[in-house]
Amino acid sequence: MKKLLTTAAPHIVSPLKTNHIMLDVIIALMPVLIAGTIIFGIRALLVTAVSVVTCVLSEFLYRKAMKKRNTLGDLSAVVTGIILAFNMPAHLPLWATALTAAFAIIVLKELFGGLGFNPVNPAMGGRAVLRIFMVVMLGLPIYAQLNPGLTFDAVGTATPMVYQLAGDYEMVPSYWELFLGLRFGTIGETSKIALLIGGLYLMYKKVITWHIPVTYIASIFVFAFILGQDPLFNILAGGIFLGGFFMATDYATSPMTKTGKVVYAIGIALITMGIRVFGEFNDGIAFGIITMNLLVPFIEKLTKPKAFGVGMKEGAK
Amino acid sequence: MMFNLFKPFKTQVPHWKNTASKQTEILPVPEYVHLMLSQHIGAPCQPVVEVGDEVLVGQLVAKSEAFVSAPIHATVSGIIEAIDEQKIIIKSDGKQAIDPSIKPPTIETDEDFIQAVKTSGLVGLGGAGFPTFIKFNVKDKSQIDTLIINAAECEPFITSDAREIIENAADVLEGIRVLADFLQVEKSMIGIEDHNAEAINVLNTQISGNAAYKNIHIQILPPKYPQGAEKVLIESCTKRILPLGKLPSDVGVVVSNVSSIGFLGRYLKTGMPLVTRRLTLDGGAVKTPKNILAPIGTLVKDLVEFADGYQQPPAKILSGGPMMGMPLDSDEKPITKRSNAITIFSPVQAMEHEELECIRCARCVDACPMSLMPVSIDQNVRQNNLEALKTLDLNACIDCGLCSFACPSKRTLVQNIRVGKNMLREAEQGGKA
Repeated sequence: MKKLLTTAAPHIVSPLKTNHIMLDVIIALMPVLIAGTIIFGIRALLVTAVSVVTCVLSEFLYRKAMKKRNTLGDLSAVVTGIILAFNMPAHLPLWATALTAAFAIIVLKELFGGLGFNPVNPAMGGRAVLRIFMVVMLGLPIYAQLNPGLTFDAVGTATPMVYQLAGDYEMVPSYWELFLGLRFGTIGETSKIALLIGGLYLMYKKVITWHIPVTYIASIFVFAFILGQDPLFNILAGGIFLGGFFMATDYATSPMTKTGKVVYAIGIALITMGIRVFGEFNDGIAFGIITMNLLVPFIEKLTKPKAFGVGMKEGAK
Repeated sequence: MMFNLFKPFKTQVPHWKNTASKQTEILPVPEYVHLMLSQHIGAPCQPVVEVGDEVLVGQLVAKSEAFVSAPIHATVSGIIEAIDEQKIIIKSDGKQAIDPSIKPPTIETDEDFIQAVKTSGLVGLGGAGFPTFIKFNVKDKSQIDTLIINAAECEPFITSDAREIIENAADVLEGIRVLADFLQVEKSMIGIEDHNAEAINVLNTQISGNAAYKNIHIQILPPKYPQGAEKVLIESCTKRILPLGKLPSDVGVVVSNVSSIGFLGRYLKTGMPLVTRRLTLDGGAVKTPKNILAPIGTLVKDLVEFADGYQQPPAKILSGGPMMGMPLDSDEKPITKRSNAITIFSPVQAMEHEELECIRCARCVDACPMSLMPVSIDQNVRQNNLEALKTLDLNACIDCGLCSFACPSKRTLVQNIRVGKNMLREAEQGGKA
């Protein structure tokens, strides 16, 4: 008889693999990509393609150069590429798209050790860095560039939030237009219906739980109400759905405990609304998520579940 | 559908109960049996026979003076062929002649009952192998109000407990009645997973037909591994949480495996000590999976031969099921009192999976029945971070392995929790020295 294996129990593992999860995320992102292409045209597809290809290539080349194992098979670079593109306007120059994508993968993901080790979501960090970079480059606050009367060829994006903030109410779309996504914005953030389909698919497939998206969206609603804003407009107008379903739920950068997820989501909502109402940027979500990403280790420590029967003197009869 | 969206992710271990409807077959007497001197939790036994001695079925062959131990009896009639530090080998004469001194135990007092259970050599037949007489001998019987019979059988493949109920329900119920009487409990519960329709039916019929069994309740449990783990079962049946480091009797319950109880019922009638056991032989390498009643000490290869041999080369042989079973290094190893199953993997089933980086998906955290954070423990074990490990309640881990099963990156989580437990134990001992 051939030598028998004697490795320790358990001797079977679930058929679920990391790349199955990532594939589900990619599937969930497809309705959003379709909506983005319909709304913004074929260039939305092009930006997404450039972003994905750059992410995949950067990861491949970096790991090859560092003589590390090829990890493209886990599909996480593809996910980052798509989500990053969804945070960009369809008219962003392709060189800027590629640069941001390479930065997200190499600096924000691989330099920290790759999948699972990155302290901030690479797509989110990429968006924030792109925004700051653009502001610096143009030497102006980005929304000042966006004169609603002119054609939309600036490098930044304008969401309806901008018009709202600027008091330009004629440019503010209706709730229905907002829900369908018929407005300016980044490729993936506008169509709430598409994001909802994708998000519910992720919940149905148990890739994500309700804790982060539901808490986040509900908190935005409540905080907007408290701060005297239009709550419905606030959850529909910016990138709340994209952030809540697809970016705040990033495994690597969100808490693993259920209570932690709720605390984290409320935190993001607080920062998002704080920036929206009191800040200069229109990127409340990105900075909310990045800030809370960095607090995840502490949130996890504070919300560690109570182990079964630990710390009990008597049985609960 | 809408409701389903909000349900948490549940890691579901497969059932694979291929042998659920297969009547137990009696193994023809094997030529040799190897009786391990340590086949229970506690002190190994010392032989009381010598090479060349003739022995009869049920005759005492090894015992220990230690408190935590269980005597071992000859499981075939024949001649002691060899004795070494680990085992006694008996060559069978094929007659299965029974020791004439065997008679039903006379039980008048509580001490008689405990002594009888001790003499029978009974240990937890669900796989734990803890000497049963110690479990039954609770300090203060007035504390106990519930007897829980563990028929959950949550491991994949294994159906031996379910077959015990279906084929020997009368013994099971009689065992419960006597034990409940001894413990003076009002209520007995049989915890069983809901997919065992046949066993549940048999129990229902027999309970409703006999007034003596009116205090026995069937507690139908959701099929969720590790439903049969003692702490989980107690909570499922009584909503009581067993505090870490405490015994079931501290929350008013005694838990016993259903096959152990069935044996108890038979033993009180016949006095025949524990010499055979029912086990499930299954796994991809086995040609005809089946339930077998075999003398304890039978070699695995004899079981396989009885099941028409291997259909694929064996790659891994487990005493027990695939979640918690003990790997054996060859099919020339014997079954013990603890072997509720022999699971033999084909090469495909035994395939090792490449370990990938943790993606922090938290499936292990959601899966852990003890609400631990396996991923954090694993990380700190790998980083040798003792201080962090001390805060992570490793001792609450019941070793069920659901974290490792659930992990999409195929990380060896429970395996590293075991390493972590050792690290903590060593640190504690080092600190004392």
